[in-house]
Amino acid sequence: MESKSVNILGIETSCDETAAAIVADGSIVKSSVVASQTKLHEKYGGVVPELASREHVEKIYPVIKEALDQAQVTKDDIDAIAVANQPGLAMALVVGVTAAKTLSFAWQKPLIAINHLHAHLQSAMLSEQNLELPAVALVVSGGHTSLFDCQSPLELTLLGSTIDDAAGEAFDKVASILRLSYPGGPSIEKTAKNGNPKAINFPRTLIAPNSLDFSFSGLKTAVLYHCRGQDMKGENTADSMSEQEIADIAASFQAAVVDVLVKKTKRAADKIGAKTVLLGGGVAANSALREALQKSCDSSRPPRKLLAAPKKYCTDNAVMVASLAYHKFKAGIFADLSLEPKAHS
Amino acid sequence: MSEQLDIVTLSPEETIEFGRKLGSQLKGGEIIALIGQLGSGKTHLIKGIASGAGAENSGSVNSPTFVIVNEYTGRFDIFHIDAYRLNTIVEFEMLGFDDYCYPNSIVIIEWADKIISALGTIDYIRIELEHKGQTARNIHIRNFPKHFVLTENKHI
Repeated sequence: MESKSVNILGIETSCDETAAAIVADGSIVKSSVVASQTKLHEKYGGVVPELASREHVEKIYPVIKEALDQAQVTKDDIDAIAVANQPGLAMALVVGVTAAKTLSFAWQKPLIAINHLHAHLQSAMLSEQNLELPAVALVVSGGHTSLFDCQSPLELTLLGSTIDDAAGEAFDKVASILRLSYPGGPSIEKTAKNGNPKAINFPRTLIAPNSLDFSFSGLKTAVLYHCRGQDMKGENTADSMSEQEIADIAASFQAAVVDVLVKKTKRAADKIGAKTVLLGGGVAANSALREALQKSCDSSRPPRKLLAAPKKYCTDNAVMVASLAYHKFKAGIFADLSLEPKAHS
Repeated sequence: MSEQLDIVTLSPEETIEFGRKLGSQLKGGEIIALIGQLGSGKTHLIKGIASGAGAENSGSVNSPTFVIVNEYTGRFDIFHIDAYRLNTIVEFEMLGFDDYCYPNSIVIIEWADKIISALGTIDYIRIELEHKGQTARNIHIRNFPKHFVLTENKHI
């Protein structure tokens, strides 16, 4: 007789998406609901914590109900409730954690705590049947740029992370210098398509020969100097630049970010003898990054397999939370009602 | 509390070093407001301040633009707030700013110009950073305690 499948309700509220999903046995997506606040934050050029928190509170239960309805399941079909409790915006995390604890208590279902960054990497592993380990894993988003040594979905060791700005944050801030729209990732990628990535030789900060940490603050400043003159005395000339000039800056900036991400990932993969490279997080949706990383994996000897999260699961979602939770469920790793959100992991 | 000093640092390393000197003299209960545009060295200065103030994880000081508040622990509880994405004073107050201020804490606020009116009549150390050249920065420190010894900078 076929054993009953394990249905997990995943909840994700670490930044500006309110998301819930039902995933069976870690890989069968029964529903995925994401209420994004991008439109709301667009006019402010970024995430606004108080607004984000209020929005999460308003949306969390409708989003969970929608996930149950779409999956055509009721609470009786749910085996566990999983929530991303770290890292993220404290005021936002607390909404998801509170909802998960409440449901866990009311429905008498086990609670599973998930690390949001680890979950992003789960997106990359979601549909892979023959995952070859060890893998080196890059999570790159608005708030994070981190490399992990992945021995299994539950065994992730941090190898390096940003010492100043996250890559996605650099995209957002450079987009604001270039007067492009928020979020900066998609707008820079789109603009860069018409630009020459070699037009300007922006700095590639590698920190030290063996370092696996990242630094993007110098690159951001280099773009600022390029637009305002080396003495910072001038106005921002982005206002009067031609479309081509803006495209060239966007392309050259993007090339510098991609170069550093690819070099460091290769460095980490060589160091741990990785057979697979995992890529997740919002910036993982960037095509230039995916292509360059694929090339780097292909040219390694022996070649490595690149597993990039499907674009729809690059940005924050709850499928990745529910999927990773399945591994914890099988391993019997549960949280209790004392679970708290943690801004840092 | 009305000391003031204007210095120049020539590199990010000198900015960190100056921050370390300042941080090592903090006694707890201070609020530091940082003002300066993109790339002016605010995060570097805070790396130094946190290190000087004895933060155990000062190596992990990075931009809290995304999470809004970073916390570092050690001799003091250090709260590193980034107001870049805050738009109203109410949002700043909603963060629980009042809860961060106590005798054994140090509160450092980046982009403080955006929320400066929320500080009202509170006593705070004001630090402005300006681009002077590719890596050189003007740093203006206002209202720091009299007991501080911040060596006059040779570059002035």
